[in-house]
Amino acid sequence: MTEPTTQAGPPAPRRKGERPGRTGGNVNRLGDRKKARLEELAQASAGKGGVSLFRDAMRRLRRNPAAIVGATIIALFVLVAIFAPLIAPHDPVQRFDELTSKLAADNIPGPTAGFPLGSDELGRDLLSRLIYGSRQTLFVGVLATLIGLAIGVLLGAIAGAFGGWVDNILMRVTDVMLALPALLLAITLVALASRSSQWTVILAVAIVNVPIFARLLRGSMLAQRESDHVLAARALGVKQRSIVLRHMLPNAMTAVIVQATLTLSVAIIEAASLSFLGLGDPDRDRAEWGAMLGDAGVRYFEVRPELAYYPALAIIVVALGFTLLGEAMREAIDPKNRR
Amino acid sequence: MLRVIVRRLLQLVVTLIALSALIFIWLRNLPGGPVDALLGERATPETRALLTKALGYDQPIHVQYGKFMQRILTGDFGNSIRTGDPVIEVIGRAFPATFELALAAMVIAVGLGIPLGYLAARWRGRSLDHLTVVGTLLGISIPIFFLGYLLKDVFTQNIHWFPPSGRVGIGLDNTNITGFFVLDGLLTREFDAAADALWHLVLPAFTLATIPLAVIVRMTRASVLDVLNEDYVRTAEAKGLRHRTIRGRHILRNALLPVVTTIGLQTGALLSGAVLTEKVYNWGGLGTLITDSITGSRDYPVLQALILLAAFVFVVVNLLVDLSYAFIDPRVRVR
Repeated sequence: MTEPTTQAGPPAPRRKGERPGRTGGNVNRLGDRKKARLEELAQASAGKGGVSLFRDAMRRLRRNPAAIVGATIIALFVLVAIFAPLIAPHDPVQRFDELTSKLAADNIPGPTAGFPLGSDELGRDLLSRLIYGSRQTLFVGVLATLIGLAIGVLLGAIAGAFGGWVDNILMRVTDVMLALPALLLAITLVALASRSSQWTVILAVAIVNVPIFARLLRGSMLAQRESDHVLAARALGVKQRSIVLRHMLPNAMTAVIVQATLTLSVAIIEAASLSFLGLGDPDRDRAEWGAMLGDAGVRYFEVRPELAYYPALAIIVVALGFTLLGEAMREAIDPKNRR
Repeated sequence: MLRVIVRRLLQLVVTLIALSALIFIWLRNLPGGPVDALLGERATPETRALLTKALGYDQPIHVQYGKFMQRILTGDFGNSIRTGDPVIEVIGRAFPATFELALAAMVIAVGLGIPLGYLAARWRGRSLDHLTVVGTLLGISIPIFFLGYLLKDVFTQNIHWFPPSGRVGIGLDNTNITGFFVLDGLLTREFDAAADALWHLVLPAFTLATIPLAVIVRMTRASVLDVLNEDYVRTAEAKGLRHRTIRGRHILRNALLPVVTTIGLQTGALLSGAVLTEKVYNWGGLGTLITDSITGSRDYPVLQALILLAAFVFVVVNLLVDLSYAFIDPRVRVR
């Protein structure tokens, strides 16, 4: 059938290619006009629907100063991490003689020529370690969040898609994981390993977030099971797998992505807390803000508090960035705020 | 309602049993096994075999688990590897310190959080509101152990207002009845000791209160803002009701429902923060116990008991929150 053109004004004369209706010309014409109008509406809403939901949210995000600030912080953070070797004045691992010679139990050298922020506790350049630290911090935060997200989404999607006893069992599993406060669960998980490493930290922080993602996705999927678009798809005979993957999951993912943004800030702070408790990455060469703050930062707080101040400031600013963006995103996709 | 409670209690029991089974299996599969953990690596095969038999590790796993559960239910968690004392006593000694700290923190968080959140919402867009929003954002973005060191530096090194660490000054920790130092001081009429203990409590309590305070302020603010837009508030204002009546009956009573949930969740999660806070201030409570039993040589019997205790408290608090919510708001139907 050709694309019907909508016309205002008096009924259009019968056009070529129109099927004659069973009930006669007049009624048929009316039916056609109705059909045309319906298709027009469908097109209009298709144009707005899928895309506009996203576009609408984006528009509101761009207008929210908190989102702009958050996104800028994150962009800067990522840029510093990528170009760390170009920005950093020194090798972050190298111990400099001019710094180590001045190290003493009660003295860590401050800013000197060539070392704008001074030395760390082992005679390395603090500024370079801070700059390189962005890499490791980003790595730990993103990886911990992604692993938590992947497992959580898998569990949540299975629970939400199948319901019934599968759902019941999976939710009891998350109950067990949620039975401990977050940091305590992370501590327990690190204690499971015979010795701590970078990976025990990442995995522990990841697993802490699994039940949160799983519950979030499951709730969202369950809410959609009875919604119109899923019922419509089911009535059209769309396969179950396709309903779950194409119709339910994409809609449910928005909330998960927002949660992931917020989780990034929590993950960075949790990794720092583990370092503080002596359960962090034991590799002293690797520069990571959480370890810099939680280990040497607080240990030498009375000798040279800057060792704590700088990485703490970096962590706070980046955590703030992710929180601001995450909350702005949550606000933007909230249907309550749609205009 | 009763059916809901019973079902939730059953779920709680299942959760705790599953957790205890996990911990049990974990302890059986330690590198070197629990016998090595108890004896150390240099034990002779004879003593090892003796202990294996004495502890019942030569029996099938389900029999072992049964006995393990039996002992736990009678309060026998074994002995600490580090000190040799019964675990239950070790925990009992540390508990009051953490309870005192947690209570003080929640008093601060709730006592400051709700009024601040309310005022921020009432004066939306004014400077107090902006200050609260920024402050709470900082509160959830700052690692609290760093904040602890910062407070300690400012208030004990620069201005000597508060003592830097510990629960009470030297020479004042004589009487010990309940283990709650402030209460002990009051009970024995050693008011200087009570005051000193209270003085020691200020910085740690504020440090631990940071996150709950920030979260409660944000929740109260958001919730009050929602309620302020409701028709019944406008109606109440139009009727010419007194400001105090509107605030109490119409705004706060409705707005505080979600805040109650938040308070409960934050209370349950307090032990996380206590682990960090207690290390900063050398507090000597459950948090310190957790850190000590995990770093260096691992004290598995203590750790296992602490994990089960923490889970029990957390799950029960969460259950109480859910149930209280249903009681406060008749519209809520608990699943």
